[in-house]
Amino acid sequence: MVKEIEKAGITVVQMANLIPVAKTVGANRMVPTISIPYPLGDPNTSQENQWKLRYHRVGVALDSLETDIDKQTVFKVKI
Amino acid sequence: MKKAILYLNQFFGQIGGEDVADFAPEIREGLIGPALPLNQKLKGVAEVTHTIICGDNFMGSNQDEAIETILEFLKDKEFDIFFAGPAFRAGRYGSACGNICKAVKEKFNVPVVTSMNDENPGVEMFKSEMYILKGGASAAKMRLDVKDMANLGIKLLKGEEILSAEEEGYYGRGKRHQKWLNPPVNATDRVIDMLLKKIRGEKFTTELPIPELDLVPIAPAIKDMSKAKIALATSGGIVPVENPDRIQSASATRWGKYDISKLDNLPSGVFKTIHAGYDPAAADANPDVCVPLDALRAYEKEGRIGKVHDYFYTTVGTGTTQKEAARMGREIVEDMLSAGVDAVILTST
Repeated sequence: MVKEIEKAGITVVQMANLIPVAKTVGANRMVPTISIPYPLGDPNTSQENQWKLRYHRVGVALDSLETDIDKQTVFKVKI
Repeated sequence: MKKAILYLNQFFGQIGGEDVADFAPEIREGLIGPALPLNQKLKGVAEVTHTIICGDNFMGSNQDEAIETILEFLKDKEFDIFFAGPAFRAGRYGSACGNICKAVKEKFNVPVVTSMNDENPGVEMFKSEMYILKGGASAAKMRLDVKDMANLGIKLLKGEEILSAEEEGYYGRGKRHQKWLNPPVNATDRVIDMLLKKIRGEKFTTELPIPELDLVPIAPAIKDMSKAKIALATSGGIVPVENPDRIQSASATRWGKYDISKLDNLPSGVFKTIHAGYDPAAADANPDVCVPLDALRAYEKEGRIGKVHDYFYTTVGTGTTQKEAARMGREIVEDMLSAGVDAVILTST
């Protein structure tokens, strides 16, 4: 899906836990998530922490969409 | 005894070379060229009753007519399996073998087997749809390739278990199968073994082979994010709880788009996941952990982005073939383009 979107010229970021798979499949902008069943919020942590993490990583995803890249890039997250 | 029919081009069908490559399809009773060794190698499990011959150019430039004629030949014939080739590295022949095998399989629902060299473009075109054995580069490998075709044919005719692409020597069809190990070794042990081998610098074989990279040109950065329309998409199977489009929980062939224009988040009990490949508890309890509408909406309110697109797009990414995923991707992107979406955040699970 990510490749077809990008092929059409729409800028896309893939938020994925399995970054090597995303890379191999051919995503160009990638932001890591924390797990497969809960990519953006660990239910074992407080709602507030989950929100902070999600807000931060979606923010990184937006940053990535604004960033010109010349090769496949995994954007760094802080939390 | 079971019955087999073999397809050959003009050259192997002993009609002639390039000068007669526009030879129209014919069916002959009995054995011609490679049909002889094929018949022998089928070891009495099946006999080759007919040989079909068609010029490569005829098949290439009059494909519909050629296929129609051949299907007509086969209509009143009894046969349990259909062979084509081997085609070695001959591109037109490989493509012809693939096309006719595909048509015969669809029309008569019998197993089809062919053989091609890995350089033959027919491999990429047809490997996901049929058994194509890994064949030699030239007719020097005729005996070997015919033997491989016969062996796989015998297994298919006897209803024996067809092992993995690697074990049987055909090109991987991009299909995943459940496999019972004997003796059983559970996944945690296997992955630790693999890790130890990797650390020791030893060879190991992945259980999730990924096809070679096929990169797409990088789309340009968004110049003015404060005016951009951002869409959310996921392969994590988040849908309205009633799953109105009946998207499958695995091996999905359907996708959906759902209105979120009036929502600030994806409430539990209104949305859930139908993805069969992960524990749904967390995503059911809070679908935003998979499709982060709440966070994106916050950025919209702050003016960081122009607008959240009114719909999010969803399907299930487990067991889904790359072909289906690509097809759904193309359909989804068409919708995105017509809606003027500037950028997409795609979450995968």
